[in-house]
Amino acid sequence: MITKRIIPCLDVKDGRVVKGVNFLGLADVSSPVSLAKYYSECGADELVFYDITASAEGRGLFTDILREVASTIFIPLTVGGGINTLEDFDRVLKCGADKVSVNSGAIRNPSLIGEAAKRYGDQCVVLSADVKRVDGVFRVFSKGGRENTGMEAIEWIKRGVDAGAGEVVVNSIDTDGVKNGFDLEMLEAVCNAVNVPVIASGGAGGIDHFTQLFRAIPTIDAGLAASIFHFGEVAIPDLKEELHKQGIPVRR
Amino acid sequence: MIAIVDYGVGNLFSLKSSFLSVGADAVVTDDAEILKRADHIVLPGVGAFGDAVKKLRESGLYQVVIDEARGGKPLLGICLGMQMLLEKSYEYGEHEGLGLIQGSIRPIGDVIPSNYKVPHIGWNALHFPKQKHPLFKNVKDGDYVYFVHSYHGTDCSENLAATTEYGGTLTAAVAQGSIMGCQFHPEKSGDVGLKILKAFCEL
Repeated sequence: MITKRIIPCLDVKDGRVVKGVNFLGLADVSSPVSLAKYYSECGADELVFYDITASAEGRGLFTDILREVASTIFIPLTVGGGINTLEDFDRVLKCGADKVSVNSGAIRNPSLIGEAAKRYGDQCVVLSADVKRVDGVFRVFSKGGRENTGMEAIEWIKRGVDAGAGEVVVNSIDTDGVKNGFDLEMLEAVCNAVNVPVIASGGAGGIDHFTQLFRAIPTIDAGLAASIFHFGEVAIPDLKEELHKQGIPVRR
Repeated sequence: MIAIVDYGVGNLFSLKSSFLSVGADAVVTDDAEILKRADHIVLPGVGAFGDAVKKLRESGLYQVVIDEARGGKPLLGICLGMQMLLEKSYEYGEHEGLGLIQGSIRPIGDVIPSNYKVPHIGWNALHFPKQKHPLFKNVKDGDYVYFVHSYHGTDCSENLAATTEYGGTLTAAVAQGSIMGCQFHPEKSGDVGLKILKAFCEL
């Protein structure tokens, strides 16, 4: 049986993981390579690296890091952040990324999804959407959640999938950082609209939120989180043990 | 030496790295002479079947791979590379494969319920027939590996080496003696995948 995936997300700036990381026994807590190794050994099913660097120099550091991660750990790697062109896809795929996540780049140039899917295959293109309720309607936000594009989110995601996105990451701005649980209403609306894997992001505060997510929405494929894993609030082996106990299929 | 066939499809960085990590001497090559000198050959692949076979033919390596495999050199096809080992594929038309292993490639949609998502993406469990192929000597029934595919091998009869369950039974691996293929990605399947690659190197 296919298992539900647990995915830690790492923000990388100038080659280092940002947001303090609080792990015992990790010599270098801001090294993407040691963190990736740590997560892989803990049973993470996949890793997402998000490049938040602005400078060209930083971009170079990022690809060096990516190459090092990809030669050290052997689970799927998704890379996002600053993906605006096919050349950006090429740059990270050559360094060992398996999937590339597009967000603002696809909003600025929607044909990027189709072009990338045609060149690298649907399985390679992940559409990531930051979504927030505005007057009761799900709207897509760009630029890291700062700017309302005015687009209706479900329509946008459907469009992306029709164009060739092979997976969707839905990040609810409303629940992000609140640690009160995933945005079940929003995620269910997306799952009902598309037939590709949907990854839930935003709002996880504890193990219960993952069990709640997979129980409430059986068609959701994965749960993604950052700080709760980084700060050790949720340990992946404990999370998987609990999901297993609750009858939710996970890789252990 | 392990030769990974480079015929212009996909990125082989992780695949090469994974072989290096199990202590193998691996090279990515489009040179027929290196394939002939290698102890083992790996045929990777992503994308569409018809295109990939065409590219392999254009690279001039198509016949070399067939001859080396028929001569007894261990060959491992991965993902689309596994599919190409079979006789034909029905992906976007009908295309001939290398014909090294009996069987044909058909949509997984033929054997799974319509509400299941296609492609089959994620970690799923391997199941083995009674007689386990040596490629899997270090892994257990129920071990998880990473899949990404919309088509799979059918009519492989006794060459079916592993299956996985996704609302129906899908072909996860095929093998006929020293010719083997994995539908999943061992180079992305953590420790289980590395054990499979190591076993291949030891064949």
